[in-house]
Amino acid sequence: MEQSDATAIAQVRDGNADAFRVLVERHSQSVFRLAFRMTGNQQDAEDLVQETFLRAYRQMGKFDGRASFSTWLYRIAANCSLDLIRARKRRETQQMPVDSEGQEMAAAAASGDPTPERLAFSGELKQLLAPALALLSAAERTAFVLRHYEGMGTEDIGRALGVHPGAAKHSVFRAVQKLRRALEPAVSSMKP
Amino acid sequence: MKHLNEEELILLYYGERAGSGAGGHLETCDVCQASFRSMALVLDAMDGLPVPERGAEYGSRVWQQLAPQLEKERVPWWKNLAGWLEPRRMAVAGAMAALLIAAFLAGRVSTRTQPVAGLSGSVRERIMLVAVGEHLDQSQMVLVELMNNSATGPVDITEEQQRAGDLISENRLYRQAALKSGDGRVSNVLDELQRVLLDIVHSPSKLDSAEFQQIRQRIESEGILFKIRVVGSNLREREKAPLTGTKQL
Repeated sequence: MEQSDATAIAQVRDGNADAFRVLVERHSQSVFRLAFRMTGNQQDAEDLVQETFLRAYRQMGKFDGRASFSTWLYRIAANCSLDLIRARKRRETQQMPVDSEGQEMAAAAASGDPTPERLAFSGELKQLLAPALALLSAAERTAFVLRHYEGMGTEDIGRALGVHPGAAKHSVFRAVQKLRRALEPAVSSMKP
Repeated sequence: MKHLNEEELILLYYGERAGSGAGGHLETCDVCQASFRSMALVLDAMDGLPVPERGAEYGSRVWQQLAPQLEKERVPWWKNLAGWLEPRRMAVAGAMAALLIAAFLAGRVSTRTQPVAGLSGSVRERIMLVAVGEHLDQSQMVLVELMNNSATGPVDITEEQQRAGDLISENRLYRQAALKSGDGRVSNVLDELQRVLLDIVHSPSKLDSAEFQQIRQRIESEGILFKIRVVGSNLREREKAPLTGTKQL
């Protein structure tokens, strides 16, 4: 019979580190998806999965069971991702911008001037989504990913970001506004 | 008629409460419906964000990489003791013990008429100064080793990454303590150090010379080594000062 998260957590707390394996194997995929949506980079996402589980193991004593284990884990993953994105943004602002394909696409998405030919297929719209997400600040991106993809409420998002729920809600609003500005022209050009 | 604003439309899209009557208004208002549809198209499109697939064995792979690190976390206490017996750590422990004894004796001599309520602020401050100074020294060593590495080919920084990883959680604690005590200068340097340590930890372990050069440039551009030296020397001065009741870290 499959062991529940609660049973595995109790065993880990009793000093059975191998019981942590159940939690890692069960939640790795979803933590990877979250980390990838946060960072847009496979290698970073894989590193963040490791970092997230390591922190979760160290902080297991603090898990109070009020939220589900996965929600608690996502909060840790979001925090790790925030650290990484902020470090990366600082680095990028210190270096000369590189003329990459992603940046060109982000600029195209933000300019609202994609040619109808380029967007003739939905696959091409998909290519605009990641650069559009890259236009968000670290807090906006975290808030949006947790709200949109993980279905978290503003209380939980606030806890993940370490801010008041009202501020978390505004991060979601700002994220949606930026995404609309970046993508609406492309999306409307694809309407039947 | 007052139409729904964008924030209300977003709340409705995510099925949250958006003020009394907002949902009813949307059902009957063509203008708001058009606005809602246009926003929903963008948000629905976000569902198509491609995420690379990880195979069914991904969880096991993560566990295999993680297990050795967890093993380190549960090293028996007598093995950890070896680390504490390193000369540098012994020196710090000795300094702390000396301060505690000094504080105890000072309390016996000078405060016989008053109840002793734990360590005084200045003694706690002194202990923190020693600990933060030691932490800065260790961080400096990691950064200096990276800066002084003159390899021309690929570089493996696994060891420096492990040491940087160990320093990150300590750094966070000391930064919080500095913030709490209002020591902005120390907390700012620890904040910058945190970002540099995170950069090192999140870099690939095996770097080609261009990537390694980038890391060194990052350390250089932050000027972090200089700041660490200045703050470290300032802390040492404060360590030497006579015990007082100052409130800073």
